Amino acid sequence: MQTLYNKLWKNHVVHGGADETALIYIDRHLVHEVTSPQAFESLKIAGRKPWRQDSVLAVADHNVPTTNRTNGIGDPVSRLQVETLDRNCEELGITEFKMNDLRQGIVHVIGPEQGATLPGMTVVCGDSHTSTHGAFACLAFGIGTSEVEHVLATQCLSIKKALEMQILVEGKLCPGVTAKDVALAIIGEIGTAGGTGYAIEFSGDTISDLSMEARMTLCNMAIEAGARAGMIAVDDTTIKYISGRPFAPKGDLWEKAVSYWRTLRTDEGAKFDHVVNINATQIRPQVTWGTSPEMVTTVDGRVPNPLKITDPVKRNDMQRALDYMGLVPDMLIREIYLDKVFIGSCTNSRIEDLRVAAEVVKGRHIAKNIKLAMVVPGSGLVKLQAEEEGLDKVFLKAGFEWREPGCSMCLAMNDDYLSPRERCASTSNRNFEGRQGQAGRTHLVSPAMAAAAAVAGHFTDIQNI
Amino acid sequence: MEKFIGCNGLVAPLDRANIDTDAIIPKQFLKSIERSGFGRYLFDEWRYLDHGEPGKEVAQRILNPDFILNQNRFQGAQILLTRANFGCGSSREHAPWALQDYGFQVIIAPSYADIFFNNSFKVGLLPIVLKEGVVDQIFREVDLNVGYSLAVNLKEQTVVTPAGEVHTFDIDSFRKENLLNGLDEIGLTLQYASEIKSFEDKRRIEQPWLFI
Ligand code: SF4
Repeated sequence: MQTLYNKLWKNHVVHGGADETALIYIDRHLVHEVTSPQAFESLKIAGRKPWRQDSVLAVADHNVPTTNRTNGIGDPVSRLQVETLDRNCEELGITEFKMNDLRQGIVHVIGPEQGATLPGMTVVCGDSHTSTHGAFACLAFGIGTSEVEHVLATQCLSIKKALEMQILVEGKLCPGVTAKDVALAIIGEIGTAGGTGYAIEFSGDTISDLSMEARMTLCNMAIEAGARAGMIAVDDTTIKYISGRPFAPKGDLWEKAVSYWRTLRTDEGAKFDHVVNINATQIRPQVTWGTSPEMVTTVDGRVPNPLKITDPVKRNDMQRALDYMGLVPDMLIREIYLDKVFIGSCTNSRIEDLRVAAEVVKGRHIAKNIKLAMVVPGSGLVKLQAEEEGLDKVFLKAGFEWREPGCSMCLAMNDDYLSPRERCASTSNRNFEGRQGQAGRTHLVSPAMAAAAAVAGHFTDIQNI
Repeated sequence: MEKFIGCNGLVAPLDRANIDTDAIIPKQFLKSIERSGFGRYLFDEWRYLDHGEPGKEVAQRILNPDFILNQNRFQGAQILLTRANFGCGSSREHAPWALQDYGFQVIIAPSYADIFFNNSFKVGLLPIVLKEGVVDQIFREVDLNVGYSLAVNLKEQTVVTPAGEVHTFDIDSFRKENLLNGLDEIGLTLQYASEIKSFEDKRRIEQPWLFI
């Protein structure tokens, strides 16, 4: 009787014990421009070559502009970083989707979209949201730049086995409640350090009912609960999603792969170090009020009051967060008015996210107080698909901007950012201080909630739109 | 990697939980393709009152007098004392680079985020875990005693206070060896090159779809 994590682990041990620290083989290495230049450079200085170029897929996503790209990147520092990636990939024979390639997009969107993420793989990337790929029953986790170099040079990593946590989500979700709300509700429950040291497996009938894209949203947020890896077992939904994708196996190989993939689930009765039970029927649409994803409540809730907190460290953190966010204790979440709305990021920029948001704004217009509402598709292919469905027209008509794919205002490394004290409803994953721009104020929500907020000008339950 | 054996250093306290790597080194500085020079941007949004951009001269910056690391008594600190879940969020190794470049050699906290914890060892920065109560006590002592320093000995796995109180800490033996000897981890892994090769060959036969 084994857990999924244990199966994945055992299948990749090159050297060392089945427990504790071992040398683990890496099947897929995703690379982006921000965390790789120093790794490529030291690899070169040490006179080393990549072990297996064909395991690497590279893309520039963090720095790229989301407006007109015909003139390249304006900011010289960003341009140099993207050009450095281009040059490194060319020199070493690594596949890269360059900025003007239709397949370019956020690294965690394009991996699955291309079928470059396959069940049973170990997937790493110099990016914490690599946990996203665990939705395909992969052991997928973020690494630092030294490890990027290590994987390039050796195809392996020396890692310590994690503890195992099962998050069992059961029951039917209420209308308007999405995987993003489930993720935020879980983080609200276990905290941003709740998963530290663990690999999380999400299971239960609620999870089985989710689409692949929704599963990716959930696994994406595992890192915000402190877990490097989140994962979900293979089922028909997984296999159907992968079928026919460019990097996926075909013909006989496909059949062979599928029969192996079907074994990638936790055996009945296997033990976890920790189990968390979540009743999905109780989950309401979520809105964060603070500067950490665990500072979250429901759309019909109120901003908390620090005076009611006894632990002095917690009380301080709460007060600091409220000051930063410019919120008053006990005020209604519904009374929070917004300046900007951002629909995008590796959490919520896939076609289903855009469909849900478009459904809400269709035939409506963004409120007067909204200075900017933008949709940034996760990849060029998502953008194309949306345009084929006419979603771009729906957004444009409603007063949204329709942008080129990339990370954009999720971390504001390009020209898309909040000015000081601007308040944003964002479908991204981090509401840290300064994340979307210095002194900017971020509220994390689902795409449906962001769309509803854009129309109302303040937070509101989608049911009321 | 740089060797680390121990240090006897001034302690600077940063009394907040859940400090994320965006706060440790904001994203605009991640555009650099260099590995060094991040120390002057450490905690940039807290440390300065003006907005920082890469290349902006320190002389032109406006220091935030309320930020604790700017106090005279903490200049030259080598040990950062902080709270739970330090280094959460983004995987950027720029965070340990910036802490190290600023002059920190050791971090002491009750817990760390996994990726940050791991990255720190890779660059020769030692993250020590001490119990919540001990961390509380050190916070109080630092507050009361100007020039408060701690002696960290990696070999013995001890932190010794000025009063001679000894706190021991745990560390994975593999990581400890690497730090003490400043070993090249890639070189170490490449000693297993033939094992990696044969593992890969077997995989190519058993799961050929992973190699297309
Ligand atoms: S979209 Fe945001 S969280 Fe995702 S990879 Fe880009 S910057 Fe990171």
